[in-house]
Amino acid sequence: MSAPGGQGGAGGSRPALEVAQAVRAGEVSARDVLEQALEQIAGRDGELRCFNAVTATAARAAAEAVDGRVARGEDPGPLAGVPVALKDNLCTRTAPTTCSSRILEGWVPPYDATVVTRLAAAGAVVVGKTNMDEFAMGSSTEHSAFGPTRNPWDLTRVPGGSSGGSAAAVAAGLVPVALGSDTGGSIRQPAALCGVVGVKPTYGVVSRFGLVAFASSLDQVGPLAATVEDAAAVLEVVGGHDELDSTSLPLPAPRLREVLAEGVGGMRVGVLSDMLADASPGCAAAVRAAAEALTAAGARVEEVSVPELLHGLSAYYVVAPAEASSNLARYDGVRYGLRVEGEDVETMNARTRAAGFGPEVKRRIMLGTYALSAGYYEAYYGRAQKVRAVVAEAFARAYLGAEVLLAPTSPSVAFPLGEKTADPLEMYLADLYTIPSNLAGHPAMSVPFALGEGGLPVGVQVLAPALGEREMFRVGAVLEAAADPKARAPLAAGARA
Amino acid sequence: MSGWEVVVGLEVHAELSTATKLFCGCPNRFGAEPNTLVCPVCLGLPGSLPVLNRRAVELAMRIGKALHCDIRPSRFHRKNYFYPDMPKDYQISQYDEPVNVGGYLDLPGGRRIGIERAHLEEDTGKTTHLGGGGRIHGAERALVDYNRAGVPLVEIVSRPDIRGAEEARAYVAELRDVLVATGVSDGRMEEGSLRVDANVSVRREGTGELGTRCEVKNLNSLRSLGRAIEHEAARQVALLEAGGEVVQETRHWNEDEGRTSSMRSKEESHDYRYFAEPDLVALVPDEQLLEAAGAGMPLLPAERRLRLAELLAPRGGDVPAGAADQIVTVVSLGLDDLVVAAAAAGADVRLALARAANEAARAPEAARGLDPAAFAALVRMEAAGRLSATQSKSVLSELIEHGGDPAEVAGRLGFEGLGDDALEAAVEAVVAAHPEEWDRFVGGEEKLAQFLLGQVMRSTGGRADGKAVAALLAKRRQGAPAEPGSRR
Ligand SMILES: [Zn+2]
Repeated sequence: MSAPGGQGGAGGSRPALEVAQAVRAGEVSARDVLEQALEQIAGRDGELRCFNAVTATAARAAAEAVDGRVARGEDPGPLAGVPVALKDNLCTRTAPTTCSSRILEGWVPPYDATVVTRLAAAGAVVVGKTNMDEFAMGSSTEHSAFGPTRNPWDLTRVPGGSSGGSAAAVAAGLVPVALGSDTGGSIRQPAALCGVVGVKPTYGVVSRFGLVAFASSLDQVGPLAATVEDAAAVLEVVGGHDELDSTSLPLPAPRLREVLAEGVGGMRVGVLSDMLADASPGCAAAVRAAAEALTAAGARVEEVSVPELLHGLSAYYVVAPAEASSNLARYDGVRYGLRVEGEDVETMNARTRAAGFGPEVKRRIMLGTYALSAGYYEAYYGRAQKVRAVVAEAFARAYLGAEVLLAPTSPSVAFPLGEKTADPLEMYLADLYTIPSNLAGHPAMSVPFALGEGGLPVGVQVLAPALGEREMFRVGAVLEAAADPKARAPLAAGARA
Repeated sequence: MSGWEVVVGLEVHAELSTATKLFCGCPNRFGAEPNTLVCPVCLGLPGSLPVLNRRAVELAMRIGKALHCDIRPSRFHRKNYFYPDMPKDYQISQYDEPVNVGGYLDLPGGRRIGIERAHLEEDTGKTTHLGGGGRIHGAERALVDYNRAGVPLVEIVSRPDIRGAEEARAYVAELRDVLVATGVSDGRMEEGSLRVDANVSVRREGTGELGTRCEVKNLNSLRSLGRAIEHEAARQVALLEAGGEVVQETRHWNEDEGRTSSMRSKEESHDYRYFAEPDLVALVPDEQLLEAAGAGMPLLPAERRLRLAELLAPRGGDVPAGAADQIVTVVSLGLDDLVVAAAAAGADVRLALARAANEAARAPEAARGLDPAAFAALVRMEAAGRLSATQSKSVLSELIEHGGDPAEVAGRLGFEGLGDDALEAAVEAVVAAHPEEWDRFVGGEEKLAQFLLGQVMRSTGGRADGKAVAALLAKRRQGAPAEPGSRR
């Protein structure tokens, strides 16, 4: 299996920070960078299907505005001229925001998500909206109403999900960075399957205002990038308190790039042994190799058993659907999106939702409605909340002996399209190792580290306690340096060449 | 209905008088063009998030203070049900951890009604059905106005302490006065800023257990509240007396037909699937909030009534008959400060109260602008007999309308200047003109006192003080010369 993106050439495939530096220095115009990216997209996206919409017109205007600032000697921002792709559940005035659902097809929000506003203020240029599992419910991007995205490493395989479009777009070198959202692993798992870096920040570090909600207490926006440093740069831009999100932490964005060179000397790292048992040999081997690399870099690495974390999966599949059943109630045909007429309002509601939602969304709405129903609430939702507390306590114990934890991101490498769509439970297991961090509200990132089964990339997951982003990124940087260069999407490989 | 006790618990929804809505910056205003006071948040657009309005929290806690509630840490829940005028198809409301718990409201009659809770929640939009006679079923189209969606509400839930329709009306009237006095709500039932649902049950007198209750909705005025409770209680009593059973259900009051009808049974009631609102954090009443909630808290109606009662009957004596109702009137119209000021200026409290409750109450708005010193001076003049009751009332209405000094106004109206000599002369003139009637009066025909008095009033153009004239006539009959200044 060969790394993807070769035919695009390194010209359009430079790390975001290199692009920004060149644009800021006036060596290249934002407009030229954009045109190259649009060309790449036009050339590759027909087969990959990363994008639901490409916003060329708005992007050209944004790029020209950046060039104008450069020409006038103004600060064009830290991400000046960097093409960015947005998962299609982030609200944008310039393009429809569909969540890859028929029910929101064509809906253009009258406002931008806070993260979108911040990217624009930093000079980034949004090139389009990426495909996803419908309403972020899935782990393969096959649950998109508009068809699946394909993995650039192997077009017969899934890119992971639900932020599959964003992960594949970065992996293919169509854009250097993208935003995704992670409710149970939806940034990290596709990042791992596509050989890119994916970060789920601490809950509350990034504003959710303008992120179409799936499960509000778990959702968090984060970057997908070809390099750890680019991911850090994007998080520094989009993170930080937002008064429009009451759950946003009253803190500035974490400062991450300044710690990337600090190394891991003396850092205590725990390897989550329970998560190695069921992972594929290739995925487990990658984690062990990563542990060795950290030891070699001076970290004190130990295996730790925290079996409670694996109970998170069942709690997640109660909590997330429960919140989703409420969050998705508003798609009723009354105010926006799809409407299928009926003789009365109840019939109109029912027909609209029957026609507008795909099977996985319906399944989760039913699960969640059931879990919250009178008579079942305690047995399901109440119990799931208790398990959630157990997971948080288990993490707290583990972090008594370690600053960060190491685990596989995914139990397997990218699987073939169609392999798991018939069996929802099999699909749900794809998030077994990523879910605990969402339940606890902790940060976690996936760093491409090795090639596994079939020569496909394997990501290693670095987990940290709440607001442990700086330690997490230090580990991420060391792993990136120690990784098999062939395991990473060619964009960064080309940059290092 | 004899032998039955009517038990009522009321749920009162009060819209808070905030500048903006509960979770967004849209204006909280009644009467604007439909769907002009909306934004992504109160329209529940995908991706929007609520941000709690601090002022609404302060006002909710202010209600808690006014109703003697325990103000507690609280949180919001989602109440899930599909309805087109609810943009998110769930309502953000407080559920098992409300901001205000416990408390009471003292009614003018002296009864104390327990308050279960008073919690914050958001209002819904408003649906208008077109075609099909405006009814939901059969309507051709429904139009929704979301201006009201997200307006802050406090739902005040009473204990089932209310006995009957009259007390229910008194409770709502008193609660409205409290809400208006504390500035938390404008209390306008006709604009829907105060809405009432009644839980009604009946039981045999002397029974301790509560009967099965029905919740009656669509009560748009104090009048419909009273009528609906009376009707609903009578319906339940008739049912029970016929050997039937009351079924717990929600019933709709039809004002035109004067009856309630079933909306939905307990079995059909919504399963609201409450769960903690993940988009908001817990609400902890910190010092600043509590201070703002209590800032400038005025005297409440019950305290104002007590203040007047103590002036009338110091040291815990009984309030004179007739005065109790006047106290209620004066306090509910906001005229009690006048009476208190008059009392402080040494005027007769009973007389001041009577003038406030009767004459001033006819134009309460203007009367509230009356100069307390002028009012006090007027009451003193009347008490001193310098003005008759009739004259005093005329001066008062002049003062209310145009202001001024009561002595000056009385002079301008020609009321003053009818001195004791002039009065005596007028009496003498009447006696001289009607010797026969005078003799009969002297002979003991009391009803002629009224005739002679009337003649004096006529000859003086109404300027004479009736009481003074009566005294002069009485003294003259006794053969003693009327002494000026000895009338009282
Ligand atoms: Zn609004």
